[in-house]
Amino acid sequence: MSVVVEGRALTRDYLVPGSLTRKAKLIQAVKGISFSVEAGKTLAIVGESGSGKSTLARIVALIDPASGGELLIDGKPVDILQHRPTREMRSKVQMVFQNPYGSLNPRQKIGDVLTEPLALNTNTPARERRERAEAMLVKVGLPAEVYNRYPHMFSGGQRQRIAIARALMLNPDLLVLDEPVSALDLSVQAQVLNLLADLQDEFNLAYVFISHDLSVVRYIADDVLVMHKGEAVEQGSREALFSDPQHPYTRSLFAATPVTDIEAIRARVEKRAAMRAAV
Amino acid sequence: MTDTSVTAVKLSDAAIRRRMLKEFWFYFSRNKGAVLGLIVFILLVLTAIFAPLLAPHDPTQQYRDALLVPPVWQEGGRAGFILGTDAVGRDMLSRLIFGARYSLFIGIVVVSVALSGGIIIGLIAGFYGRWIDTVIMRVMDVILAFPSLLLALVLVAVLGPGLTNAMIAIAIVYQPHFARLTRAAVMAEKQREYVTAARVAGAGNIRLMLKTILPNCLAPLIVQATLSFSSAVLDAAALGFLGMGAQPPAPEWGTMLAEAREFIMRAPWVVTFPGLAILISVLAINLMGDGLRDALDPKLKRS
Amino acid sequence: MSLLNIRNLTVRFATSTGAFTAVDGIDVRVDKGEVLAVVGESGSGKSVAMLAVMGLLPDTATVTADEMTFDGQNMLAMSPRQRRRIIGREITMIFQEPIASLNPSFTVGYQIEEVLRFNAGLGRKAARARAIELFDAVGIPEPEQRLKSYPHQMSGGQSQRVMIAMAIATNPRLLIADEPTTALDVTIQKQILDLLMKLQEDSGMALILITHDMGVVAETADRVMVQYKGHKMEESDVLTLFENPQSPYTRALLSALPENATGDRLPTVSDFFKAADAQIAAEGGAA
Repeated sequence: MSVVVEGRALTRDYLVPGSLTRKAKLIQAVKGISFSVEAGKTLAIVGESGSGKSTLARIVALIDPASGGELLIDGKPVDILQHRPTREMRSKVQMVFQNPYGSLNPRQKIGDVLTEPLALNTNTPARERRERAEAMLVKVGLPAEVYNRYPHMFSGGQRQRIAIARALMLNPDLLVLDEPVSALDLSVQAQVLNLLADLQDEFNLAYVFISHDLSVVRYIADDVLVMHKGEAVEQGSREALFSDPQHPYTRSLFAATPVTDIEAIRARVEKRAAMRAAV
Repeated sequence: MTDTSVTAVKLSDAAIRRRMLKEFWFYFSRNKGAVLGLIVFILLVLTAIFAPLLAPHDPTQQYRDALLVPPVWQEGGRAGFILGTDAVGRDMLSRLIFGARYSLFIGIVVVSVALSGGIIIGLIAGFYGRWIDTVIMRVMDVILAFPSLLLALVLVAVLGPGLTNAMIAIAIVYQPHFARLTRAAVMAEKQREYVTAARVAGAGNIRLMLKTILPNCLAPLIVQATLSFSSAVLDAAALGFLGMGAQPPAPEWGTMLAEAREFIMRAPWVVTFPGLAILISVLAINLMGDGLRDALDPKLKRS
Repeated sequence: MSLLNIRNLTVRFATSTGAFTAVDGIDVRVDKGEVLAVVGESGSGKSVAMLAVMGLLPDTATVTADEMTFDGQNMLAMSPRQRRRIIGREITMIFQEPIASLNPSFTVGYQIEEVLRFNAGLGRKAARARAIELFDAVGIPEPEQRLKSYPHQMSGGQSQRVMIAMAIATNPRLLIADEPTTALDVTIQKQILDLLMKLQEDSGMALILITHDMGVVAETADRVMVQYKGHKMEESDVLTLFENPQSPYTRALLSALPENATGDRLPTVSDFFKAADAQIAAEGGAA
């Protein structure tokens, strides 16, 4: 299997500027994280707000530079501080954002949303761009006729499909998915997760899947990396991590995640009934 | 919430545009004042376009036998001069009709110059931030610190009186308003995910500024442009009144007022009608601007 | 013994495209000391029904009901004054965005003391003492210090604790919590849910929990009401709902949970929605 993306001891620091009463402060959002993802596999990065998981996602998606460490894409080191990402790099890594209401330009037609990456990174003629965009719409489960509509005419789930279609236009090797289903309803979430699974099989895509939801992670991930306050407290295969979590933080995450297990519900209902009888 | 139930009807570009226009009109037309303003404004535009056909006389033709003739409904009025004549015997109505051309011309030129300057400056300040933003905005603050008419007067005094210079001066005075508005909108939009998404798609800074961010900042600018349009007409009239704007014999409303100053007691109509013309057009455009704000702002919030 | 009883509640909104029915003839019953979960996805009208009870809907909404009683008192026949005596004292509510629910210009202490003075009729000193007591009860450390904090100085979880403290300040008999943990991290969510359940058990108040999260339902509810497009799809006790759901729509929701996934794929749910729509149509035909 070929490794698509590899991070070696990646760090990211922010300087919070000081004021009259405060000193400037250096905040380490990501503290030395290493990982690698193979083609066709999914690495889930799990954490709560402030864990640095979105910062890491932006580094991997070549949006922000890392402060330290090394990022390799297809085995080649990338440093966007020194050179802007080349067309070739851009074509390899694409991203899907959390909020489908914010990630589509309200003044841009769906067709322009989809053809923009092609127009900017390739020399594809306009006619072919349109054909490919329409084909991609069909692939993500939307009729090609939506090509000339605006984003506000679509529901959240449909918009997320459009955002996924945009990310796939350049035939990337790696998709960075930043909480792609957490803004969606349960029923729509299931459809989008299915779509992502199908697309991964079809294009042999590598996913870096950012999430706070352990049940989603368990469903989609091959490997899991748990982040807490900028550090990777635990990483390993899904089976190992879910069957035998090692780090106390991982365990507390599991303990806090609500379960719909019938026996647990039965126990709770009985406990409540007993308590009421006692009163 | 079935996700795949998009109506697979193919909408043409024209149909979509019609739908959006209809929605815009729905919100605009709920504001009765705005509709009234729009009607008056359209009449004003038509008057300006067809001025030579509508005006009964040449606006600069002096009828030596008809000095200060009162309007037709007053004693001594003549059917040939419906709104009377001024001190050198020019027909008031014709001058007012041609004056509409000046007012619209001034409004359009001033707003276009101020708007394009403001957008460019505001985009750069808002997009790049840091020291560029600080430098630009402090300069804008300096301009804003002057009373606008006073600054325009100073500029005209430097450039020399005349309509062109008056328009340039007013545009310079108005430009910071547009720059600030653009900057604020750009700073807010810059944070949105679609901008990051466009960057991931490979868009460079210029494209991000002009194609991605700018179209989303236009609604407040359109409203500000309409409101500035009326202020520009007003300020140009004020400069004209002070002798710094359009020069006689141009039938500009403010200049007409200035020329008529000394006859205010003897022949009130020579002052009243240009004043009314300014009042009505400014009021109409302001009402229209309010309606535009109502129609455009909630739309931004909804999408 | 039912505390809140509503029959045939309908809420319509006037919109630019005509009238829109958000809640369509729903019956709601909550017993004393009971935890009722109202579950639904966006657009199901789950919040609207409760906002209608609280009288918090905008002017564009028309609310009709055959019956609306709280503890035997007819709320439909009440004067606005009598209604206000119940709402905010006997029935209180907390919302999804705790930070947005607090006024950023005042300290949290001032805000909770205001509630205590106006709704519980306490004096300045008594209000301060009770505020400290309440902060203690909702698990805010160093209550005296925290009373002086402004909302922006608190985390989301702490703000929600403040909101809960304000909501239980008048010892209400019914607390409506509208997605109280949706904006919070899972570990914080767990703490807030535990707190709500503990307060409920200690005081014996009834709790209506509006949520989209089946996990939250499983961990809190006695009885569950499932809503879809303004219609009630199912009303069951919590065990029945998860073990043997009665309506096809509930079955669809449960099967869409990733943790219930059997094999590689989640079930396609649009078929179930068709079933749900058919259920609504059948009810409409019967009525």
